Amino acid sequence: MAFLSRNPQLNQHGELQHLLTIEGLNAGMLRHILDTAESFVSVSEREVKKIPLLRGKSIFNLFFEPSTRTRTTFEIAAKRLSADVINLNINASSQSKGETVLDTVDNLAAMQADMFIVRHGQSGAAHFIAGHVSPHIHVVNAGDGRHAHPTQGLLDMYTIRHFKREFHNLRVAIVGDVLHSRVARSQIHALTTLGVPEVRVIAPKTLLPAQVERMGVQVYHDMAQGLKDVDVVIMLRLQNERMRGALLPSAQEYFKSYGLTQDKLALARPDAIVMHPGPMNRGVEIDSDVADGRQSVILPQVTFGIAVHMAVMSILAGSKQ
Amino acid sequence: MQLPDAEKMVQTMAQQLEPYLGANSVLVGMHTGGVWLAEKIHTLLSREVPLGTLDVSFYRDDFSQSGLHAEVAPSDIPFDVTGRDIILVDDVLYTGRSVRAAMNELFDYGRPASIILAVLVDRGGRELPIAAQVTAAVLELAPNQNIQLNRDSQGLLALSLRQTTV
Repeated sequence: MAFLSRNPQLNQHGELQHLLTIEGLNAGMLRHILDTAESFVSVSEREVKKIPLLRGKSIFNLFFEPSTRTRTTFEIAAKRLSADVINLNINASSQSKGETVLDTVDNLAAMQADMFIVRHGQSGAAHFIAGHVSPHIHVVNAGDGRHAHPTQGLLDMYTIRHFKREFHNLRVAIVGDVLHSRVARSQIHALTTLGVPEVRVIAPKTLLPAQVERMGVQVYHDMAQGLKDVDVVIMLRLQNERMRGALLPSAQEYFKSYGLTQDKLALARPDAIVMHPGPMNRGVEIDSDVADGRQSVILPQVTFGIAVHMAVMSILAGSKQ
Repeated sequence: MQLPDAEKMVQTMAQQLEPYLGANSVLVGMHTGGVWLAEKIHTLLSREVPLGTLDVSFYRDDFSQSGLHAEVAPSDIPFDVTGRDIILVDDVLYTGRSVRAAMNELFDYGRPASIILAVLVDRGGRELPIAAQVTAAVLELAPNQNIQLNRDSQGLLALSLRQTTV
């Protein structure tokens, strides 16, 4: 949108003040985050797994939606940076949300918060909070509705770069419920920005957003065609509640057509890697043989997530006011 | 101002370091200039233990003023620090703040037996009680002068002087 004077994530010096979405960040910025994360990986392998960068800062994990992995990796990342972390799991269903969110945020700001890590079921919640807080407070979107999950997108890019070195020669397939997936949106933006020439989505029509091709992806409805010769296979979680709606016949039917098995994976390149943002539904979108198999990099994704979260928090905290 | 020849100065540093060398000694270079120097000294003294490198960006005391350095390189300490005699190598010793940051970082890898500091240029202006054991040259510079070590495509080192606006 050309009429916007500036990206709400950037300060007047063009530095990243909030991380809300990958959309609008250029390749240089994404690479800077990945490079910084690389320096943090070794911190987690040392005797003292801590550096003093964010000593004295208060970071609030503000989770309006349940999460184990994302919240824990943010907590570990903040602690390895020597920040104080406060975890809040807030049940959003009880009250009228807009008011509650801002009241909560105001109260925490009054406790001298320096950064909010926000997970919310409503798209745009992190933007809303970022627009409300005073300029010295930083906001990280840890997943908002169907909109974006930028840190997951970044840790996936880190994982791909770690195993494949480059982006410009890759063929990447994203398989499953793209329609409801904030992770898929962030991944697609990141992959195309970083110059991946071929991004495919593989899913039944009912699980794809309208005009998904406009995001720069090729659409496949058949696994055998879509997985052929790909370097990276990213599986998406199929939420159980989707099965109850009219979108899909049954979990067994879905697994038969779109579940990743060794047979289907054999169509990809022999050195292809398999990724999943978790939590996995074994036997629905991915077979256990594949999830635990030699091509799976699902657990390294979690480990790299810590370094990527450390990089994001340090870069935001270091931006000028 | 005529600047001394950095390549000759590295030789001086290596000679001066010889009396400090023991079986337990290891070289650690500070990014970026200190790593270039440490690599040359490592070869000149034919050390077998691999070289360590430190990027002190995560330990700097000016993070809240100037944020994260644009290009952070990973620190790499390929040996157990505990019990080692560490020779810390840097290009220019000025305020002493980077050396403090480097020592803090080293202690997060373990407990060294000792640390000595070897620098190419001591330009004065210390703000902390830090001194080098080995110094190839002492130069008197004004606060607005910035001395820098550069490496060309052949790997040759040279000093350059720049006026800053500060």
